[in-house]
Amino acid sequence: MEFIMAIVIGVLFMAAVYLILSRSLLRVILGTGLLSHGAHLLILTMGGLGGTSPPVLADGITDYADPLPQALILTAIVISFGVTAFIVVSFYRTYGEHGTDNMNLMKGNDEHD
Amino acid sequence: MEFVWFIFLPILAAILIPFLYKTIRNVHTGWFVLVIPVLLFIYYARFVKGILNGEVHISELPWIPSLDISFTAYMDGLSVLFSLLITGIGALVVLYSIFYLDKKREKLNNFYVYLLMFMTAMLGIVQSDNVISLYLFWELTSISSFLLIGYWFTKDRSRFGALKSMLITVFGGLMMLGGFVLLSIMGDSYSIRELIANAPQMVGHEYFTLAIVLILLGAFTKSAQFPFYIWLPDAMEAPTPVSAYLHSATMVKAGLYLVARFTPVFASSEVWIWLVTGIGLLTLFWGSFFAVKQTDLKAILAFSTVSQLGLIMSLFGASAVAYHVSGEGSAIFKFAAFAGIFHLINHAMFKGSLFMVAGIVDHETGTRDIRKLGGLMSIMPVSFTVAFIGSMSMAGLPPFGGFLSKELFLTSMLSLNEFNLFNFDTWGIVFPIVAWIASVFTFVYSFYFVFNTFAGKKKEQALPQKPQEAPFGMLISPVILAAIVVVIFFIPNLVAKAFVKPAVVAMQTGLYENPSDVAIHISAWHGWTPELFMTLGIIGVGFLLFITMARWQKLYDVQPQYLSLNALYDSMMMFGETGMNRLSRFYMTGLLRSYLMYMFFFIVTITTAALFIQDAFKVDMDSFSPVNAYGFLTAIIIIVAICMVIFAKTRLAAIIALGGVGYSVALFFVIYKAPDLALTQLVIETVSVALFLLAFRYLPEVKRHGETRKIRVGNFIIAAAVGVTVTLIALSAHSQKLIPSISQYYKDTVFTEAAGGNIVNVILVDYRGFDTLFEIAVLGIAAIGVYSMVKLRLSRKEKSDESK
Repeated sequence: MEFIMAIVIGVLFMAAVYLILSRSLLRVILGTGLLSHGAHLLILTMGGLGGTSPPVLADGITDYADPLPQALILTAIVISFGVTAFIVVSFYRTYGEHGTDNMNLMKGNDEHD
Repeated sequence: MEFVWFIFLPILAAILIPFLYKTIRNVHTGWFVLVIPVLLFIYYARFVKGILNGEVHISELPWIPSLDISFTAYMDGLSVLFSLLITGIGALVVLYSIFYLDKKREKLNNFYVYLLMFMTAMLGIVQSDNVISLYLFWELTSISSFLLIGYWFTKDRSRFGALKSMLITVFGGLMMLGGFVLLSIMGDSYSIRELIANAPQMVGHEYFTLAIVLILLGAFTKSAQFPFYIWLPDAMEAPTPVSAYLHSATMVKAGLYLVARFTPVFASSEVWIWLVTGIGLLTLFWGSFFAVKQTDLKAILAFSTVSQLGLIMSLFGASAVAYHVSGEGSAIFKFAAFAGIFHLINHAMFKGSLFMVAGIVDHETGTRDIRKLGGLMSIMPVSFTVAFIGSMSMAGLPPFGGFLSKELFLTSMLSLNEFNLFNFDTWGIVFPIVAWIASVFTFVYSFYFVFNTFAGKKKEQALPQKPQEAPFGMLISPVILAAIVVVIFFIPNLVAKAFVKPAVVAMQTGLYENPSDVAIHISAWHGWTPELFMTLGIIGVGFLLFITMARWQKLYDVQPQYLSLNALYDSMMMFGETGMNRLSRFYMTGLLRSYLMYMFFFIVTITTAALFIQDAFKVDMDSFSPVNAYGFLTAIIIIVAICMVIFAKTRLAAIIALGGVGYSVALFFVIYKAPDLALTQLVIETVSVALFLLAFRYLPEVKRHGETRKIRVGNFIIAAAVGVTVTLIALSAHSQKLIPSISQYYKDTVFTEAAGGNIVNVILVDYRGFDTLFEIAVLGIAAIGVYSMVKLRLSRKEKSDESK
């Protein structure tokens, strides 16, 4: 199963990077969303996908899923939500201000050097 | 009391200076400052008695004990001599500056703070036994010199000169630090004393020659040796007390000190002897030759300082020869170290007085241009007398101290002719010849300096202000120095006994046991020796050249300006500025895509390279968990959703597909027994999609903005590379663990330590409570950001509406 997951993660990262490199700001934001999903699954897969029951103590169960990656991912999900919300609003603001989402037109000028 | 603390006395006193300056305005701040060097001079003078008998004193102040770095004051003959020069001349310079710098117009608080900072730094250099703290003080002198040269910072030339000196000396300092590090690797210590003791085991080490070159770069840049001397003439923009103090008597001698201090370590090396002696002699000639060309009084003195520093440097280089000769006939090679130290003292005296006179002339006539000056002898008799004594000593004439050291210098250079190692038997003859020619030019510029200023026709109408003799206070310091110059001639052996011989012993450890073992007696009359004939030749030829100077001085114009070292420096600076600008413009395109491309490129290269170089890529098929049907299905769904995000033609489709990816991830969490994650992911994904849809009305349609096929292929290649890399990482990270996971710890202790059942939740709120707290803080900051970005727009729009 880890092998399949590794491929899924690879596809997620590939799609994310492809979108982030494009000229449209909207696609860049979609890319960052995919990137965070990829990262979460990567952490999960690194820890191993074994374990027959969720990491909640219960009588007679010894084979828990690894709790540590889950704790890390839980934090990461919340943070990435914060980042996504921030980026979406900043995009909304940028578009309202400049009237374009073309990254090539948003590169500043010599005065900003 | 540990005397290492006295190094820091000036810089501690500097803290008080601004307050004294602000509160007591009607007393010149210099009077308060004067106390410090006078006290220190008296204190250090008390060491002389013990030093005479070969005693040394050590005082240590730990700084970074774990790295074996400390402030260690080590007082031997060399350190005491330099400490006395620094504090003694420092006191005279401060006294002089009280009359030179106007208390109403000048920012005295800045000036004296810098000066005291320099004093600490310089004392630190000459007393430090630890090379790392020596380096610290070394750079501190560069910084204080920078500040003092740029003291009149509104002048362009001052800032230019300050920057130039800083760049060159700090470059040298950094090279020197490299040399010190190599030395400490070879000698296994940061202590200079221990390095000297370990010197025999360093010889032949692969770093040995490199260490020599690096340390000499430090010494040569600081002591203004060829070709690094170019900063010194430009440093003359500093107020004259600074020039007299830093740029002739003390700071520029730090390089000489370094060479003297490390002579026992490097003396065995041929490279050392050739470099130090050769560069010294070249500098001696070069400086004296170009001094005659100058028309600014201080520029003449600057080139003369360069030249004299070269003279002492060559003597120090020649002093290493004494380590290679023993037994019968070795006595003649022992003159060089003695002559070097002796001339160092003489030079500090006469050059200090000459600078002060140049300052007086500038102060009283308003110009330093020697072409406008002349005939000041009758107006400024005291200044003339001081200048005369200083110049004659510099020219090497009796009855002044400079005569004695010049004779010793010629003796030492002649002795090199008899040295028969390292090709000196063929090339040795060059040394006395160059020394003689340089001495002729020294004679010429000494006469040029004093007689073109004070003798000849008066040109009062050319002067900016009516000349008059300097006030009494301003004359005290130069007169004291000039008096010492004369006194040294009459009691040279007393000076030698008290200062020179202990310093020679400290410089040539291993050759002598005790200062009294240095069997050199100075006598003004030493018979009809070759040295005396050489001196007579210098006087004869020098006088002829001086008289005919007006005719041949034009020859200097033959050298085109663009072929000078200064032009080289300027073009290097220009190249540095424009070249670097062009380079950064080349890759700083302002496009997000370029920057991300660089990042992704390096992420991919570095990670894959590390994977294969470390042989870290391993796939352990056995550790994989069995393929789960639901998991497989979800994988297919998520890949389809990803493709939809990429190929979506409308924004709505893209957002929904992105939501699809998110929900599939939540499904994965369910499958892999992570219910908390699944719940969170579902909530967050729902909120995210809602947010996207809220902003949806204001978002533009998905457009490609004319991305060509070429760009898309490029993007795809980078993207594919990143994808493959991450896949490899995911596989190998799962298959091999460098260290065991700490998960087991949480499983074992979650109930006993934290009394909880849900391990993930307990980790978050208990074990990693602070992480969660800061996570909340991050969310809060993001919320404020979101809110203000929405708000800011509205308020600005309102404002612009109002203005309409």
